[in-house]
Amino acid sequence: MGNEEEMQKIIDYSGREFRYVGTRTVRPDGFDKVTGRANFGADFTANGMLFGAVVRSPHAHAKIKSINVDKALKLDGVKAVITGKDFPKLDVNDKMVGEVVVSYYDMGNNVIAREKVFYDGHAVAAVAATSQEVANAAARLVEVEYDVLKPVMSIAAATKKNAPILHKHVRTGGVEPAPTKASNVANRAEFKLGDVDAAFAKADVIIERDYSTQTVHQGYIEPHACVASTTTDGSVTIWCSSQGQFMVRAYVAKLCGIETSRVKVIPAEIGGGFGGKTVVYLEPLAVMLARKAGRPVKMVMNRAEVLRATGPTSGGIARAKVGAKKDGTLVAGEIELTYEAGAFPGSPVALGCMTGFAPYNLTDVRCVGWDVVVNRPKAAAYRAPGAPVAAFAVESALDELAQALDMDPLELRMKNAATEGTQAPYGVKFGRIGYQETLEAARQHPHWSAPLGPNQGRGIASGFWFNIGGTSSAEVMVNEDGTVIVATGNPDIGGSRASMALMAAEVLGIDVARIKPLVADTESVPFSMLTGGSRVTFATGKAVIEAAQDAVDDMRRRAAKMWDVDIDQVEWENGCAVCIESDQHKPLSIADIARKADKTGGAISGKANINATGAGPGFGTHICDVEVDPETGRVTVLRYTAIQDVGKAIHPSYVEGQLQGGAVQGIGWALNEEYVYDQNGTLRNTGFLDYRVPVASDLPMIDTVLVEVPNPGHPYGVRGVGETPIVPPLAAVANAVSRAANRRLADLPISPPRLLAALSKG
Amino acid sequence: MAKVVLPLEVARTFADGVTEHAVDGGDIRQIVRALNQRFPGISDRLSQGTAVAIDCEIYQDWFLEAVSADSEVRFLPAIEGG
Amino acid sequence: MSKHHVSTTINGDPTEFLCDTRQTLLDCLRDELNLTGSKEGCGTGDCGACSVMVDGRLVCSCLMLGVEADGRRIDTIEGVASGDTLHPLQRHFLEEAALQCGICTPGFIVAAKALLEHNPNPTETEVRYWLAGNLCRCTGYDKIIKAVMNAAAEMRGA
Repeated sequence: MGNEEEMQKIIDYSGREFRYVGTRTVRPDGFDKVTGRANFGADFTANGMLFGAVVRSPHAHAKIKSINVDKALKLDGVKAVITGKDFPKLDVNDKMVGEVVVSYYDMGNNVIAREKVFYDGHAVAAVAATSQEVANAAARLVEVEYDVLKPVMSIAAATKKNAPILHKHVRTGGVEPAPTKASNVANRAEFKLGDVDAAFAKADVIIERDYSTQTVHQGYIEPHACVASTTTDGSVTIWCSSQGQFMVRAYVAKLCGIETSRVKVIPAEIGGGFGGKTVVYLEPLAVMLARKAGRPVKMVMNRAEVLRATGPTSGGIARAKVGAKKDGTLVAGEIELTYEAGAFPGSPVALGCMTGFAPYNLTDVRCVGWDVVVNRPKAAAYRAPGAPVAAFAVESALDELAQALDMDPLELRMKNAATEGTQAPYGVKFGRIGYQETLEAARQHPHWSAPLGPNQGRGIASGFWFNIGGTSSAEVMVNEDGTVIVATGNPDIGGSRASMALMAAEVLGIDVARIKPLVADTESVPFSMLTGGSRVTFATGKAVIEAAQDAVDDMRRRAAKMWDVDIDQVEWENGCAVCIESDQHKPLSIADIARKADKTGGAISGKANINATGAGPGFGTHICDVEVDPETGRVTVLRYTAIQDVGKAIHPSYVEGQLQGGAVQGIGWALNEEYVYDQNGTLRNTGFLDYRVPVASDLPMIDTVLVEVPNPGHPYGVRGVGETPIVPPLAAVANAVSRAANRRLADLPISPPRLLAALSKG
Repeated sequence: MAKVVLPLEVARTFADGVTEHAVDGGDIRQIVRALNQRFPGISDRLSQGTAVAIDCEIYQDWFLEAVSADSEVRFLPAIEGG
Repeated sequence: MSKHHVSTTINGDPTEFLCDTRQTLLDCLRDELNLTGSKEGCGTGDCGACSVMVDGRLVCSCLMLGVEADGRRIDTIEGVASGDTLHPLQRHFLEEAALQCGICTPGFIVAAKALLEHNPNPTETEVRYWLAGNLCRCTGYDKIIKAVMNAAAEMRGA
């Protein structure tokens, strides 16, 4: 299998020594996961539980004329049926106005249709019955009369003159003067620096091209599932897997018209999310059914429902233009992105605009983004939302530029790399970042100089993601025997509990085996923003470090009491309270102090409720080798190396795992994945056979290099790592195929039929 | 006076397309109030889905962050994640 | 509609249950027997999260009816460990971080165990093709393949 050392590498720029952080411990929740004991969303049962089923629209675009539930209600075993009318009416201006604008009107409409349906699979009613079979039969008995409208399935169809309008109240935002007519174009965003037209005039070489990508799904293996239970006093309990139990609570409370304090959400283990579980689908339905039936209701989606009716990410088109001097200095960059928002406004096109050119030092750049609604499911976040498609365009254009300049594409990037002080296209100057270091690591990597054979090509591409901080809370509780519990409010998608334990261990000075990290429900820990945005190891980690420090300070106070000295005589070393001056006082371990906790003031704990700022951006550079089969159009990925600035890898194995997982999702996006709709707007590939994600036999090992340029905004140098890995692969793969095939592939996925068509063009 | 940079769309709606403004204020709240005096209604608009970067540091939930006389205050779209 | 009575052996234990004709073996394991370690990822035999052994053969339990289990021996993820002692595959998955969210892990372990019983010294390619019926969206498969090969080496006494 080759040189292990070479394949998984860490390049540390901090020179800092840690005792526990950076070690590869066994994750604390692992035993349950390898034995099948861990409880995911569909694994709960409640006493007297009923089973729910959803009635879904077979039409992509239609008015609901009537819904008749009589036959369904009469079926033996059916206990409740709900439609949109059972939910509180929402106002078109109903928004959660906070950092991100969430339209409750749109969300409520998406969860269950009101007057119109907007995509094949849109929920219109739901039933609860004594068995899944009866619930499914009852769902088939609900009679819905539709007034079928012409579906709008693409950006071209949506923006054509006289296109059917999805939403009468939507006017294009971001344009002046504000339009008065309804449109399918929901928003325009623009970011610019300098004077891009004047700058292009100075270029020796200009590359300009159009690109396209298709709708792809996050593809988590666990379908959405929940159990909801209500009591006659109005309390609601929900067991579900999600990326945020507090998010589920907030959205359910709002959409069902219940006070927040009456809703308790208990997080199950989550079987993948990637952004797709940062919203709710089944929970409000299960709650309303449970209320009506007076019994708990379990709802589980099947795979077809997941693909038809949960947020994929936006497909889109992009035009990228780059200009450079003969020596490879970039002088100007421009992109125009148009993304499909799906059934309701809100694609991540603005984020695409902000991230596309971020790895490069450009004083003149313009990025314009359009958000367009179409009759597809409402787009939900997918790992670095908006960035992969923008990077596909920019990184492909740079590859073509390198070819035009007869320049090594890595050297082209090196020459123009963003560094500390570079102004990003969205105007903010970078602090300490590690992009150049990833390029340097790529240059040194044996992959970059390995020989290639016939029909083979090598692609390189870079990518950027901001990473966020946000509100996180942590409690560190010391047990009577000196072991410790670390409670946080963030679902663990990728192994974050292991990292929380490692960070607490570093502060407390004790082995992770004595630390139990747990993910608490909404009534057991203060509010935490959801798991996403690559924020948990950074922000929740910061909270854990501060809470552990708080606990250490509490234990120092207790030790001072036990020794009858001043607190400033007490230091903390190697998991013990140590008295500075006196030889009479032997060090006290956590267990020693805990044993006397009742006498020294009560239970020992520390806490931290923070809104973490100082998140450091992540840059990645990926190298991909492919072989093209000119007869079948099949692309085989021969070799793949993912290099990323990760700040500080708290648990290197799980950081490597993020790079590998994100890279493979990107490979799937580039080569095979796409939604296929027929002319009626019905989704044709509703299962994993035809929605083709990468399988083990498609891939080689994914080598990784963790570059550690510490983020000054975190005590241990942590940068978010989860999202950046999906940003470079689309272009890394496309650039490799383009070089192998000796022509530019600009339309994804590069599936065999598309590649054969491109090759046949001579 | 801090240098305030507005998002293009906000500038076009409220400030005749001018994105850069010199504004007095010791913290973000004061800056936004001062902006609202100049461009009525802008504070509501800026409270919706906007983050702010003060010099290099991005704040998603801004409120009372300190701003000094030579700070650059830049309003940006809020960043979600996946 | 009356239910069918099924007699099987599950993880070595004689087991009986009642089921509807339409219930798959996966449904029966999860809903009738409370053995929720096998997962439904797709219901169409494409993801392998429901992998079990039926009379020593690797099967997607979502593609088999509960009634078809009558008289057969079924082995699930719950029977892989011996009491408190993990199977080498389970241990290697843990030590080598071959799982992130963990939803596909039971299926992979059952499938990999079947491979190693049939071929104790597989090449990387053989492992990848055998496990092509098990989807993972989190790991990119790299650490899974390594864990299986290292477990195989340990089991061979290599």
